[in-house]
Amino acid sequence: MEFIIEAAGLSKRYGKVLALDGLDLAVPQGTVLGLLGPNGAGKTTAVRLLTTLLQPDSGNARIAGMDVVTDPEGVRKAIGLSGQYSAVDEYLTGYENLEMVGRLYRLGRSTSRARAHELLERFDLTDAAGRPVKTYSGGMRRRLDLAAALVAEPQVLFLDEPTTGLDPRSRMSMWHVIRELLRHGTTLLLTTQYLEEADRLADDIVVIDHGRAIARGTPDELKRQVGGERIELIVNSPDDVTAAHGALAPVATGEVIVGDDRRTLTAAVTDGAASLMAALRRLDAEGIDVHDVGLRRPTFDDVFLTLTGRAAQEALGEGGAAEETTAARDAEEVAR
Amino acid sequence: MTRVAYALADGAVVAKRNLIKIKRVPELLIWTLMSPIMFVLMFAYVFGGSIQVPGMNYREYLIAGIFAQTVIFGSTFTGAGLAEDMQKGVIDRFRSLPMSRSSVLIGRTASDIVYNLLSIVVMSLTGLAVGWRIQTSVPEALGGFLLLLLFAYAFSWIMAYVGLVVPSVEVVNNASFMVIFPLTFIANTFVLSENLPGPLRVFAEWNPVSAVTQAARTLFGNMPEGMPPPAAWSLRHPVLYTLLWVVIILAVFIPLSTHRYKRATTK
Repeated sequence: MEFIIEAAGLSKRYGKVLALDGLDLAVPQGTVLGLLGPNGAGKTTAVRLLTTLLQPDSGNARIAGMDVVTDPEGVRKAIGLSGQYSAVDEYLTGYENLEMVGRLYRLGRSTSRARAHELLERFDLTDAAGRPVKTYSGGMRRRLDLAAALVAEPQVLFLDEPTTGLDPRSRMSMWHVIRELLRHGTTLLLTTQYLEEADRLADDIVVIDHGRAIARGTPDELKRQVGGERIELIVNSPDDVTAAHGALAPVATGEVIVGDDRRTLTAAVTDGAASLMAALRRLDAEGIDVHDVGLRRPTFDDVFLTLTGRAAQEALGEGGAAEETTAARDAEEVAR
Repeated sequence: MTRVAYALADGAVVAKRNLIKIKRVPELLIWTLMSPIMFVLMFAYVFGGSIQVPGMNYREYLIAGIFAQTVIFGSTFTGAGLAEDMQKGVIDRFRSLPMSRSSVLIGRTASDIVYNLLSIVVMSLTGLAVGWRIQTSVPEALGGFLLLLLFAYAFSWIMAYVGLVVPSVEVVNNASFMVIFPLTFIANTFVLSENLPGPLRVFAEWNPVSAVTQAARTLFGNMPEGMPPPAAWSLRHPVLYTLLWVVIILAVFIPLSTHRYKRATTK
């Protein structure tokens, strides 16, 4: 098969930190690869290496057959990049930004203008076209940034955390925009912290942690690996946690995980409602005081926990990232 | 198109972008144009009474020095602008585009010529208001202005390098202050270099700022009458000596800054 993005053993070190540790990728033309991982996993480093913004310490990568190290100019002609931090000029208007990018892709004056108008229209920014970007909302900036990445109709598009930090409504509209793009057969590499996002947009997912791929597959394969729904149980007193663990263990497919608060227990189950009923009967028989109990679908936290044995939140470390995960759940809520 | 033509075409696009910013944030320009007015007025009226230049009115002597000082201070604009760009996401956009690698720097230094041109106009008008006059022909005067702009352009490339090396805009301003102040004061800009003590006098004589000042003064016809010709070769051939510096600075700092820009990464 012909791969339009190929990477082998891609590594990058920043001082003592090995940001990327031998990443291999192979993305067929016209498909979407989701690079899924927590903050600091190496997702952005991977994108920066593939888009020639950084030089790898070792390994190599080819985009549309061109080597990122020996032919960066060729690669730049074939790609579009839209990052987490919107790469648009805030003193310029939306139109001026797109026109400038067109000129720098050397599309010529009239083509650049026409393309700018066309993209503003497509991304619903026509009304704001004449306003400096400074006045744009976060969602509008992201849309403009994505439009800028599309000016030269690139063969390969890189989106680095396109919805991180967006409110649920903007996130939904971004997903809509990206799905529209994909109908035109663009090859896309997308990084995200959200399983939901990768699930909705990607054909294949590579989960990375500490700069290394720890799992690959289609969204369905990954979810199967992670197991089905979860019973999430909160007991009233930490004293009951051992008894509750004992009650859940027989219905769980894997290990029952006890949260740091010593009150929350999570167990992957196969039969959903039937498993929940069975668990409830046991809890009742043991006389355990239950604060809350419910079934939920696996999240990225679960995928991560299953694959690495530690919680995504711990891996993230920072409070800010935890908030973002909450935002992802909000988006999921809206989506339903 | 050749590589150079591409670099210039891309540079023009970047320069246009920089000029739009001046249009959107006019305060930036207004405040930086105020400082030369302040300098002209302060030197003319505060020091003007105490500093004597034999054979001529001090105000007339002073203006060329202020021109030189102002265009050099203007070059910090280049450094600050680049340092600001490097902290922003837009530089990632530029670096991911198939544009010429040197064009961000070419565009930046080019847009600062416009800025320097404006500040020379403001200074000339202020100078005329306090009694400065051009005593020579139009071609000579134009030559003087051109030389100032050329020197300023070269100096912009030094500041471009500074802007790429330092971590923030504030550092550009502080660091350049430490260099530019002695450079523009230990010179013949505001006093006769002949009156400076030994080592400072030698520094002043070979200081390129003295040469560009001397050249402008000569081309505007603002040299004090009856002064013996300067001893130093640099001041006897100020135009040539200035051009020499322009060539050296550009030959060193264009490749140096471009190399630095290629290597630089944001954040």
